[in-house]
Amino acid sequence: MNAIASIRDVITRNMRQSGILVAFVVIVAIFALLNPMFLSPTNLTNIVLQYTYILILAIGMVMVIVAGQIDLSVGSVVALTGAVSAVVVIKMGMPWWMGVLAALVVGLLVGAWQGFWVAYVGIPGFIVTLAGMLLFRGLTYVVLDNVSLSPFGGTYYGIANGFVNGLLGGYGVDTFTLVIFAIAVVGFGVSQWRTRQGKIAYQQTVESLPLFVVKLVVLAAVVMWFAYQLASSRGLPVVLIILAALTIVYALVTQKSVFGRHVYAIGGNQHAAELSGVKVKKINFWVFVNMGLLASVAGIVYSSRVNGAQPAAGNMFELDAIAACFIGGASTSGGVGRVGGALIGGLIMAVMSNGMQLMGVPTSVQPIVKGLVLLLAVAFDIYNRRRAAALR
Amino acid sequence: MSTILEMRSIVKEFPGVKALDGVDLDVTRGEIHAICGENGAGKSTLMKVLSGVYPHGTYDGEIVFDGSAAEFGSINDSEARGVVIIHQELALVPYLSVAENIFLGNERRGRAGLIDWNQSNAEAAKLLARVGLDENPLTPVGTLGVGKQQLIEIAKALSKEVRLLILDEPTAALNDTDSEHLLDLLRHLKGQGITSIIISHKLNEIAEIADRTTIIRDGRTIETIDMSEPTSTQDRIIRGMVGRDLEHRYPERASVVGDEVLRVEDWTVFHPTQPGRKVVDGASFNVRAGEVVGIAGLMGAGRTELAMSIFGRSYGRNISGRLYKDGKEIQARNVSEAIGHHIAYATEDRKVYGLNLIDDIRHNVSSAGLGQLAPRGWVNGNEELRVAEEYRSSLNIKTPNVLASVGKLSGGNQQKVVLSKWLYTDPDVLIVDEPTRGIDVGAKYEIYTIINKMVAAGKAVVVISSELPELLGICDRVYTLAFGRITGEVPVAEATQEGLMELMTIERDQPLPTKENAS
Repeated sequence: MNAIASIRDVITRNMRQSGILVAFVVIVAIFALLNPMFLSPTNLTNIVLQYTYILILAIGMVMVIVAGQIDLSVGSVVALTGAVSAVVVIKMGMPWWMGVLAALVVGLLVGAWQGFWVAYVGIPGFIVTLAGMLLFRGLTYVVLDNVSLSPFGGTYYGIANGFVNGLLGGYGVDTFTLVIFAIAVVGFGVSQWRTRQGKIAYQQTVESLPLFVVKLVVLAAVVMWFAYQLASSRGLPVVLIILAALTIVYALVTQKSVFGRHVYAIGGNQHAAELSGVKVKKINFWVFVNMGLLASVAGIVYSSRVNGAQPAAGNMFELDAIAACFIGGASTSGGVGRVGGALIGGLIMAVMSNGMQLMGVPTSVQPIVKGLVLLLAVAFDIYNRRRAAALR
Repeated sequence: MSTILEMRSIVKEFPGVKALDGVDLDVTRGEIHAICGENGAGKSTLMKVLSGVYPHGTYDGEIVFDGSAAEFGSINDSEARGVVIIHQELALVPYLSVAENIFLGNERRGRAGLIDWNQSNAEAAKLLARVGLDENPLTPVGTLGVGKQQLIEIAKALSKEVRLLILDEPTAALNDTDSEHLLDLLRHLKGQGITSIIISHKLNEIAEIADRTTIIRDGRTIETIDMSEPTSTQDRIIRGMVGRDLEHRYPERASVVGDEVLRVEDWTVFHPTQPGRKVVDGASFNVRAGEVVGIAGLMGAGRTELAMSIFGRSYGRNISGRLYKDGKEIQARNVSEAIGHHIAYATEDRKVYGLNLIDDIRHNVSSAGLGQLAPRGWVNGNEELRVAEEYRSSLNIKTPNVLASVGKLSGGNQQKVVLSKWLYTDPDVLIVDEPTRGIDVGAKYEIYTIINKMVAAGKAVVVISSELPELLGICDRVYTLAFGRITGEVPVAEATQEGLMELMTIERDQPLPTKENAS
């Protein structure tokens, strides 16, 4: 194989692996071309602030979907946990962290409730969470007594609207943000290098050193550019720290932990998993508990972002989260899907919304475009995978 | 006799693999033509080329059907010419009636394009009579047994004016009576001028029914032999299939039997949904280190139910009885406890109960023994890959690497993945349920070798099988199971197929023979 052919081979292979990433880059490029404001520091900061809750929901949802279930109730749970938090902080005047704690506890209880019916009674998640969607929406109205509560203000408001900046000074560009990102990039590079060394130690094939370095450098450049944009706007958003922590934890849990592997095994073939010693009921239960917990985190972030709680909050959030997972390559029949994919899927949804709002696309057209993008993104992915399978 | 089908130098390539590398096939009008070959030899690929699953243009070579070139672009094209394939996995819809299934995709239309149910049901009844099935056409297919479903598939083929019927492993899932009935039907259809191609691993069946046999190996035609000639023995077919003499179908093994490893006493299991129905009734048996113990029983005798209820109570309810491991009574209330006691159970239905087909070999191999790779709850991915590689090479799983999806492997290789998974849990007792079902002669030999290696290492193996020659070939002792009861225990030296069959058919209310009578 000559050099050009081998480069082409590398490109097509990587294209196949990350078709959805390419779709994301294309969508970003289109918006950037149509509106120069799109990649401005202020707008990038806005995207992070506005859509983190969908990404948080997508992280939990992808595990539910991999386990072969679905959760339709997350929108209502976002509303309920936000409402509980609002009652605790605004109505009862307790400190902000009591509100956070109350929301998390409610999220865990909701998850345990749904997990019980799915795992131990054996009702499909679709039904249980459809019931939950109604149940928790109704409870939100009860908790809020049919009225909106606002404002949170103070520290609670800062969760989704605050920034960490100025700690290390800087001239209009926040040094602290840049340092944090630089540490993250270096940490990522080191972990990639160690993975590569580990693979070499076990005599596995790895990509060539130049390709490895080029990939890392390109990635580092993109991330640092993004960091620079944030730093020259308002600094490091607090929600981005929350999101990064969740991403790292759940990427590890799904890919490296025994629990995560059992989730994939159940989604792939429940009978075989059961006969391999996987405690299917227990795992299903905890997958739903986890979803409830993450829905409450999203509820906290969302209520903080809008600085209050409304009975109708979180409507249709479940569909955004589910769409994010499927755009990100999860399989409708379970057993396939990744946290990273779901995040990219969620970013596609977020970028679409933001880009269209920025351009002043009428609200009637926005859902039409989103629906079509969902369809096309998944079609593109299926096409890529089929071509990959045919060439294998 | 004229030729109905001629396939010339068929070459079918998948990226990186030549599945067919110049196959020739001649089928004479009105004959039953068997195709033999190991798994992965290319039999199924050849039949997919013939039936248009792989459309014309995706393969090289030519096909002449009934005097004119056949260039099928789809299954519809081939069915229009009367070539119908019945796949190993039956394609019937369980909730639809017999008649609805027969005419699915080929509905009998009446006025205004609506389905004419009276005509459909009447025609279905006629077709059922032709295949010798006495069932109401309105019966839902799911309520019928596998044997009858297979006959409905044939009725469906007949409804399409079939001239060349292709059957892929038609008797793999059938019991002896149903198989016999199916073979009779094929002879009967032959009398009506229908040509059949039958793919089968059951050599005695081929010897019984085929007029000629074509042997395929590594994507090439080895030879076509006339079954009426005295030299056309099963040994000759095996030689052709594996490309070497299999002097013995069962590898030699020196028995060194040690202490008792597992003892089951008075084991009774009730049906999970039908209260009061005993599936296993007071069964007791034991197995010792270095010993292969067989459990022989007919379909429905409770073999799988016995094994699965022992393996962490994964079947049945109200289970009573005692388990002893190395002389001490143990509890195995769920699968992980059973694995903890170093008991392993490799299922008879690897696709449904044994493997995660959408995942790769690596993850399947580690799935039952994942704890060893994750001392603190985090899986060591590199070590996992090394383990999988080790089993791939030691069990000779034929695949370029362990990242290949298990669903794409042949039956024999899938079975090796199942065994790898259980060997990795380091079992003292391995229960294998129909370990060689649906796999070819060469792979069977390899599976027996794996079993022998295990007992040579001082472990114990329990083999559940419905193939009596297999049990006689590899076991030290054989228990017979009939209607949930252990009806006999015979050392293999004293066992014969006839003697075992007699014990396997003792009915529920008949008295058991005493030890002296049995031996």
